[in-house]
Amino acid sequence: MSGAILEVDAISVSFDGFKAINKLSFNIDSGELRAIIGPNGAGKTTFMDIITGKTRPDSGDVLWGDKNISLIKKSESDIANMGVCRKFQKPTVFEDQSVNDNLTMALKNNRGPLSVLFYRPNQADQEKVDNIATDIGLSDQLDRRAGDLSHGQKQWLEIGMLLAQDPQLLLVDEPAAGMTLDERNQTVALLQRAAKTRAVVVVEHDMEFIRNLDCKVTVLHEGSVLAEGTLDHVTKNQTVIDVYLGR
Amino acid sequence: MFRIILFALCCLVHTNIASAQGTFQDLVQYHAPNIIKGSVKTAPPVITDIQNFGGPVATDFLLAWQSKELWFRKSDDRLITVTTTDKKTYTLLDLQTGDAIGSATKSEIKQIKPNSGLRGMLGTSLVASQLISDDINTRTASLRSLARDPKLTHLAPLRVAVAKETDPDLLVKMTRLERLLTTQYDTNSYERVKAINSFSNDLGLDVRGRLNPILDTQIQLSKTAPDHGKFAQIITPNANGEFTPTDAYAMIVAQGWAEPDITTDEKRQAIINNIENGSVAGIDIKTLDTAQSRDAAYAALAKLGTVPTDVSDADIQAAINTTHFYTTYLEKDPAVVAATIETLDSINTRVGISNTIDLFLDGLSLASIFFLAAIGLAITFGVMGVINMAHGEFIMMGAYTGYLVQQIITNYTLSIIIAIPAAFMVTFAAGVLMERLIIRHLYHRPLETLLATFGVSIALQQLAKNIFGTQARPLTSPDWLGGAWQINDVISISWIRVAIFVLSILFFLMLWFTLNKTRLGLETRAVTQNPRMAASMGINPAKINMLTFGLGSGIAGIAGVAIGLFAKVTSELGSDYIVQSFMTVVVGGVGNIWGTLAGAAMIGFLQKGIEWFNPSNTLAAQTFMIVFIIIFIQFRPRGIIALRGRAAGD
Amino acid sequence: MNGPLIKFLKQHPSVLIFLTILSMFTVLISIGSEAFGYGFVSTSLVKTLGKTLCFCLIALAMDLVWGYCGILSLGHFAFFGLGGYMIGMWLMYERTRLIVMESAQNAQLPMTTQEIQDAIGTQIFGVVGGSEFPVIWAFSHLFWVQLLLVILVPGLLALIFGWLAFRSRVTGVYLSILTQAMTLALALYLFQNDSGLRGNNGLSGLQNLPGLEGTAQSVISMWFFWGSAFALGMGYLLVKLLTESKIGNVIRGIRDDEQRVRFLGYNVEVYKLFIFTITAIIAAIGGALYYPQAGIINPAEIAPIASIYLAVWVAIGGRGRLYGAVIGAAVVSLLSSWFTGGQAPNIPLGFATLNWVDWWLVLLGLSFVIVTLYAPKGIGGLFDKLTKGGTS
Repeated sequence: MSGAILEVDAISVSFDGFKAINKLSFNIDSGELRAIIGPNGAGKTTFMDIITGKTRPDSGDVLWGDKNISLIKKSESDIANMGVCRKFQKPTVFEDQSVNDNLTMALKNNRGPLSVLFYRPNQADQEKVDNIATDIGLSDQLDRRAGDLSHGQKQWLEIGMLLAQDPQLLLVDEPAAGMTLDERNQTVALLQRAAKTRAVVVVEHDMEFIRNLDCKVTVLHEGSVLAEGTLDHVTKNQTVIDVYLGR
Repeated sequence: MFRIILFALCCLVHTNIASAQGTFQDLVQYHAPNIIKGSVKTAPPVITDIQNFGGPVATDFLLAWQSKELWFRKSDDRLITVTTTDKKTYTLLDLQTGDAIGSATKSEIKQIKPNSGLRGMLGTSLVASQLISDDINTRTASLRSLARDPKLTHLAPLRVAVAKETDPDLLVKMTRLERLLTTQYDTNSYERVKAINSFSNDLGLDVRGRLNPILDTQIQLSKTAPDHGKFAQIITPNANGEFTPTDAYAMIVAQGWAEPDITTDEKRQAIINNIENGSVAGIDIKTLDTAQSRDAAYAALAKLGTVPTDVSDADIQAAINTTHFYTTYLEKDPAVVAATIETLDSINTRVGISNTIDLFLDGLSLASIFFLAAIGLAITFGVMGVINMAHGEFIMMGAYTGYLVQQIITNYTLSIIIAIPAAFMVTFAAGVLMERLIIRHLYHRPLETLLATFGVSIALQQLAKNIFGTQARPLTSPDWLGGAWQINDVISISWIRVAIFVLSILFFLMLWFTLNKTRLGLETRAVTQNPRMAASMGINPAKINMLTFGLGSGIAGIAGVAIGLFAKVTSELGSDYIVQSFMTVVVGGVGNIWGTLAGAAMIGFLQKGIEWFNPSNTLAAQTFMIVFIIIFIQFRPRGIIALRGRAAGD
Repeated sequence: MNGPLIKFLKQHPSVLIFLTILSMFTVLISIGSEAFGYGFVSTSLVKTLGKTLCFCLIALAMDLVWGYCGILSLGHFAFFGLGGYMIGMWLMYERTRLIVMESAQNAQLPMTTQEIQDAIGTQIFGVVGGSEFPVIWAFSHLFWVQLLLVILVPGLLALIFGWLAFRSRVTGVYLSILTQAMTLALALYLFQNDSGLRGNNGLSGLQNLPGLEGTAQSVISMWFFWGSAFALGMGYLLVKLLTESKIGNVIRGIRDDEQRVRFLGYNVEVYKLFIFTITAIIAAIGGALYYPQAGIINPAEIAPIASIYLAVWVAIGGRGRLYGAVIGAAVVSLLSSWFTGGQAPNIPLGFATLNWVDWWLVLLGLSFVIVTLYAPKGIGGLFDKLTKGGTS
């Protein structure tokens, strides 16, 4: 692993006086799989909002990549094109369009309207789509309407859409919500595979899921890092037990 | 006989004594020849005597004389007034008592018909006698009529009256008019300057109307530069200005200093007059389709001597360049001019301040109208997030309800008092009905709510047209709301607008209280933020939504009554306000009524402000205001008072 | 015909069906016309149908921007009107110039350029008390430039407005209100006498093509009918190409979940701007074809209510389906002109008479409510149900 790909440096943001993120700093190495946990209102989603450009922090900086580019003033689409992709808490796929179309749209290609306008489907792209579909277990569902997929399949499709963008950092918000046990295990495997070639950050509530991911865990509380380490390490931490495990 | 001689004698010595000693009839009989054949020359001493006699009888006499109601008996020149029962027999009335003193036929008496010059003189003298009348009402009325068109001749009687006036209020008014006349008519420069200076705090239009002409100038020209101090301003002809080179050259020509210029039209006419066999001075007319070729043709004609030679543009310019143009004041007295400039400066500064205040009041009034129109939306759209395109039609329904109430109850005050709750009830019911039938099914589909309420809006508007016709219906305000609150000569605001301002403040307070301090408000906010949670806490979201929507609609109805009082009630009343209303809510910031207040204030003041730059064009003001709002939203997409945070997002 | 287009048509036979129906309709009207056929279709009916085709074209634009991209624009009639104004300026200028030139034949002297210009100016702007040509008429004598302006002016307005609106992330109903405000601003501006476009008099006499005084209206109306039909056909093909390409997927994505598209790395604002501008241009072309058939354009045509009716057509026809928009515009606008034109027989109800001129709008408004509530996919949605055998 070759140093930090994302460096979050003392960011703060408040909404109407409520400090959602408070001087939060931490790093993510390239190719790292990281889980973020924390009680409700710990600032997990806001933290993702800031990295992906949806929310502007009041202070602090977010540096990205080898060239340490600041992401603070960039638009969502620019950040996505730089290789930071995000899955939402609620599965958001384009329900009216086929799985194939969903993946094709996400495929890393020129995003300019003109090149999109004159885009012609080609063999190379179709192969990429097929590969991803196989990876997420939807290769036999390519022509189905995304809206007709099961909840779990939609989650996978969304992860597949992120993979199609070939990102360097994957931010995944609650991927296991609403999944069966079997589906969860497949998701874990999917994320672990993904983390082989890129950094993956998973926000999740489910401890069992985190345990299966078997990775470094960061605990957020009231907008700052409370503890960091393996799951066993953080769950033994007394403050974590106090605030997070609700006692 | 002795008395008459004595009387005449006294007149010669001092006319006052005469009037004091004789009866009024004696006095006028003494002057009878000059009254019967009255002329401007002979009348003044007569009038003076009569005025000095004083009392109502003198006034009545002058009035009768002026209005050609004075007669005389041919036999003895006795002056009388007459009444007639039929055309033949006239009853003769005594001047002093008004009693009948006999009768006569038409041939025995004669009417006295003073000419218009004399009638004017009598009018002035009447004013004078009325101004010093014992009756304060007569004095007030006379002063008022005088103020309408004061003349030089009124100055002297006014001064007399000022000296005699006892009523302080009237004295102030009289003195003001006297000062005003002094500025123009007094012969003494010092007096005029003093009078002019006394007006430096006066905003009256009549003052500016008197003072401005003092600064009237006329354009002069000379071959040598005018001496310093002899002119008001040096002017140079400017093709785009008020004084064009054409004007300047025309003045030079009028002085005889140069030959007149031949205009393009004159040249054209001259060419046409000299067409011979399709050519002019040997030039084919078909080629004369440019200004240059026509000039050439005219020059050729001039060479032949058929037409006068044209003056070249260069010559015109040279003539203008060698002449000095300047303006001089018509008023010869430099001290008066200086005082006038200074006083007008001072007045204009004050007028400017007053205009600014007036503009502010206008803006405030417009803002309260927008606020009133938008406040209902602030609830339905701002708080509930329901977009109701029929909101404007609810305003219209409110206005028509007011109109209908007035058809039944003719007392305007009472009808307005009843119309307000009636309009509320009608539109509340309409709102509840619409919420139940349509909006309820479309929560969380705002664009479709917008469409469906469009449908309602179209239908309601046409329905109103079918029922009430296309012509405007009056909604008359009670008398106590008529007229305007005149703060000074510049600042005034109509009482209806004051009432609307008060109404908006009341609404604001009421709504703020309802939304923030009552159970309904609490429940409304709870339902808006999280209906499921609210439901689990025992709040019935359906009921709350219905009531809140009804409340918003009901308020639109009341706004309709208020707006109907100053705008024409037509079926399109609502659509005139709907875009502005939404703008108000959006610009102000959705979700709280402070935002609506801020939005209304901004839009109201902005529109008035833009109108101020170009008062004749309110359409342009509205256009620019909307453009401004579109740009404003760039900088504050969530409005002036924005809710921030994740809750406000998406 | 090149390969890809044929392939495209094979993939989407509905385009072919639409074009065939449109051509058959055009041929039928031509055969029936007074100018070229048996004359059972009156010239005024040809004009009405030609205008309806223009309405169908703008409905297509509306469907693309609203049905596919999710932007409920209440401003597209402004672009339609602007297109009409642009072509109207040339028509009016040129025709007035010809009239002036003709009267100049009898003058004693040939007119100078300035005199001609003044005479035209007085003719055109006399009604608003002017005679000078405003700057915006600078190119009115050049047909091709003015034709280009039909596209450029509305396109530029859409570009600037769209850039401002989308950049500040105004979406949903807010955007609708903003577009309505834009329309209102434009209409109010044009209502002024010194707008340079003759205030509320608007431009008139547009049905007379300059230089073609000898040609009968029945012939001219057919030319415009063919032009409108051609434009509609091309518009349909173009919009279909757009919606079925990858850009179609992107804009449908924007409609359904703008945020997701943005996080996929697409610059949503640019796409919206592209669609908004292109539909504005389609609308403007529709307007440029419509107003010479209508003969007159004035600011009232641009009033916000017109754009609302446009939304009504598309909603009733069924948005998100191109044929739905066309059907909606055709059916509702024809019905509207039939009912409000006084041709529909009044219905005696015993206690009162149902006068269609008065009650049509009430009916339209209510039916619009019903469609929104119970058939959100409009007539097109009903079609889909029928063809798919009831599966939704």
